[in-house]
Amino acid sequence: MNVEFINPFIKTTAEVISTMAFIEPAAGKPYRKKDQSAGGDVSGLIGLVGEKITGSFAISFTESCIRKIVSNMLEEEIDEVNQDILDAVGEITNMISGGVRAKLQEMGHNFKMATPSVISGKSHAISHITEGPVIIIPFDTEKGPFFIEACLNEKKKDK
Amino acid sequence: MTDTNMKILVVDDFATMRKIIKNILKKLGFQNIAEAEDGVSALEVLKKQEIDFIVSDWNMPNMSGLELLKAIRSDEALKDKPVLMVTAEAQKENIVEAVKAGVNNYVVKPFTPETMKEKIDKIFA
Ligand SMILES: [Mg+2]
Repeated sequence: MNVEFINPFIKTTAEVISTMAFIEPAAGKPYRKKDQSAGGDVSGLIGLVGEKITGSFAISFTESCIRKIVSNMLEEEIDEVNQDILDAVGEITNMISGGVRAKLQEMGHNFKMATPSVISGKSHAISHITEGPVIIIPFDTEKGPFFIEACLNEKKKDK
Repeated sequence: MTDTNMKILVVDDFATMRKIIKNILKKLGFQNIAEAEDGVSALEVLKKQEIDFIVSDWNMPNMSGLELLKAIRSDEALKDKPVLMVTAEAQKENIVEAVKAGVNNYVVKPFTPETMKEKIDKIFA
């Protein structure tokens, strides 16, 4: 994955979480994903299908972290992973996707609109829609970490 | 001044997002709020109730916000209703498409209550 693609993810994610939940997440150093399991308990996954570059990205939240984020978003205390949390993770994924696509467009890459899917459960796996290396960007908050997984690669030429 | 007594219809497929938008509208003084989960159910509400202003998501199953906007603009009874589109789509061609279809204003998610207020005030100025 082109390293220039990492910054749009970091910027947009911080923007979305701070605007919606009044939490300033701290981004850590990106690294390459080594196994299938997601870092968190609730994840949103969405396709990033473009003309030259294609793939997907996911955002995976630990339970305590997403409970705090959604409690702040809805201004009510949420103490379990419920429908509100699953909905909110879908919506956060959607917003990050929109922001990232707008930034990648400025870099000359167009992507189609897509619908997110949400996965939950302890140590669930995330399957990206294309093969190729997955880059993880860890973020930390007072209530625990969350992770962005980005998998964006040049389309293989049709044979 | 925008009339805070007007009846607003909030359209979004995610209940969570409807709640967030409603919270923001309430903070801005609006109390009279109805909800719908997609374009199809929004049109049903619009036919039954007197709605003054529509705040709609774009990306929804069954009938998208853009399709809803087009349906409103082509309905004799509804065509003059102001519509504010709320969407995560910040790409230029999306905004151009919505403007062509007759949207009154456009908010990109995520947004703050201040941005929402600005966009609404511009519509009713
Ligand atoms: Mg939606």
